Amino acid sequence: MAVIRTEKLTYTYSQGTPFEKTAVNNVDLEIEEGELVGVIGHTGSGKSTLIQHFNGLVKPTSGKVFIDGTDIWSKDVKLRDIRFKVGLVFQYPEYQIFEDTVYKDIAFGPKNMGLDEAEIDKRVRETAELVGISPELLKKSPFELSGGQKRRGAIAGVMARRPTVLVRDEPAAGLDPKGRENVLDQIKQYHDETKSTVLLVSHSMEDVARFASKILVMNKGEVLCYDTPPAVFARAEEISSVGLSVPQITRIFSLLRQRGIDIRGDVYTVEFALKTIKEYLEKNGRGGLENA
Amino acid sequence: MLKDITIGQYFPMDSAVHRLDARFKIVITAIFIVMIFSADSFPALILSLVFFVIAFLASKLSPKLIIKSMKPIIPIIIFTSVLNIFFIDGVTVFHIWKIRITDNGLITSGYMIIRLIALICGSSLLTYTTSPIVLTDAIEQMMKPLSKLHFPVHELAMMMTIALRFIPTLIEETDKIMSAQKARGADMDSGTLVERAKALVPIIIPLFVSSFRRAEELALAMECRCYNGGEGRTKLKTLVSGGADYAALCLSLLFLGGVMIIDMGKIIFR
Ligand SMILES: Nc1ncnc2c1ncn2[C@@H]1O[C@H](COP(=O)(O)OP(=O)(O)OP(=O)(O)O)[C@@H](O)[C@H]1O
Ligand SMILES: [Mg+2]
Repeated sequence: MAVIRTEKLTYTYSQGTPFEKTAVNNVDLEIEEGELVGVIGHTGSGKSTLIQHFNGLVKPTSGKVFIDGTDIWSKDVKLRDIRFKVGLVFQYPEYQIFEDTVYKDIAFGPKNMGLDEAEIDKRVRETAELVGISPELLKKSPFELSGGQKRRGAIAGVMARRPTVLVRDEPAAGLDPKGRENVLDQIKQYHDETKSTVLLVSHSMEDVARFASKILVMNKGEVLCYDTPPAVFARAEEISSVGLSVPQITRIFSLLRQRGIDIRGDVYTVEFALKTIKEYLEKNGRGGLENA
Repeated sequence: MLKDITIGQYFPMDSAVHRLDARFKIVITAIFIVMIFSADSFPALILSLVFFVIAFLASKLSPKLIIKSMKPIIPIIIFTSVLNIFFIDGVTVFHIWKIRITDNGLITSGYMIIRLIALICGSSLLTYTTSPIVLTDAIEQMMKPLSKLHFPVHELAMMMTIALRFIPTLIEETDKIMSAQKARGADMDSGTLVERAKALVPIIIPLFVSSFRRAEELALAMECRCYNGGEGRTKLKTLVSGGADYAALCLSLLFLGGVMIIDMGKIIFR
């Protein structure tokens, strides 16, 4: 059964004023359990708005949201329970820190669940290790940490609740290439270890293409496609035409195809590209490529 | 949600009211307020409301907005009118147990409700149709004579501009932090009063932290642009007044005159 399902989901900001803006438009979506979904779209395409529906932070203007098959806006559903199930980490989560030690800040989430001290302690330490916060740091004030460490702490605060679905809005925003790599590897590791569903919002196709099992492409509040990476990148031209960049390697292959070379279009990692080119050369010789 | 707060919000549009010189709009709003508070009979009150309706129609705003701006002051209106109804002496209209409702009480609270509503409507119309920056600019110009007395007019206006500019930012920020803490399982909508007050801590601390950060950033940015106060500073957009502004002012004075005549008539004919 789909862990997240939406039905004709529409959300309009500032309805009834001159600032009215439909950020999510008629979205039908089904996300299966255990998937690692990359959510991509232009800035302003409604990614952040869409994911805030998944734990009931925003109420749909129309349409429905189902988590584990229950309509989260039906009367007898407690939104807090939904929020334990779906953990949402915002863009720049370091701004939500408030406790006087890192430990307490991470413990805030589990504490709200009503867990006992021992369990909270266990979870805080485990999660801190997972995100790379050393035990000494736990005793420090979060405001003394570096930006990157702060962010890790804030993320740990959501992860420590062990949500069935983890949603992260642009985890790599404002980090250097090395930092991006780290964050993405961490998410991959978290996904592999916990087998939970993970949604990852990003601007970069390259980042997402590397390890997402499904890609959700948003365009102007609508879902352009939701499919496996090969199937999505097979539509590289269509994706480029709405102004989204596909991975450079995919673009090269799509240019090659435009020049009449019969090569597959669903290539999105460098390793796979190498393999494809080798296969092509074995089959057709060098001639075709050199002419192009 | 917090987003729905419309007080002090500006709705950019193109209408006769939007185009008026902000200084005139402030004066006209003041005249309107004088009108509703000096109106001492229902006909006079209705005349001043007619003035508001004309101004409102000319602004092309949707009536929904005005109704929305009423929402936050409903408790105040109820509170004052209830006080008036119960505590003003006069001829008893009806009597239940120890509570006595008098005709004077009813009339006074009726006036009070209409005046309060008109007050909010009038000032909302000013802020809905004038951008905050222009508004403080106008206030600065109107207070200029005070700088002769070494009153820091420019600094005050700058502070107001900054404060106004950051209201929406702060609202947005509060909204974001609230969402983030709710996503961490914070419970803000239930519990005892003490619990609720405690639940505010996770919101207020990050809000303070980010306000200080913003203030620092802004100060730095202003310094980098060599901001050094009001001396010798010129405006990119100067306020200009024209025929339409004087016409609007005359119209409002006419209505004020009308209100006064009605009231005087009432006194004479008594
Ligand atoms: N609080 C708000 N009030 C009014 N409009 C909003 C608000 N938040 C977002 N919008 C509008 O809704 C649309 C979608 O915004 P959203 O934040 O969901 O985009 P996004 O895909 O997350 O963009 P980004 O990649 O820049 O984070 C945008 O056009 C934006 O202008
Ligand atoms: Mg976003």
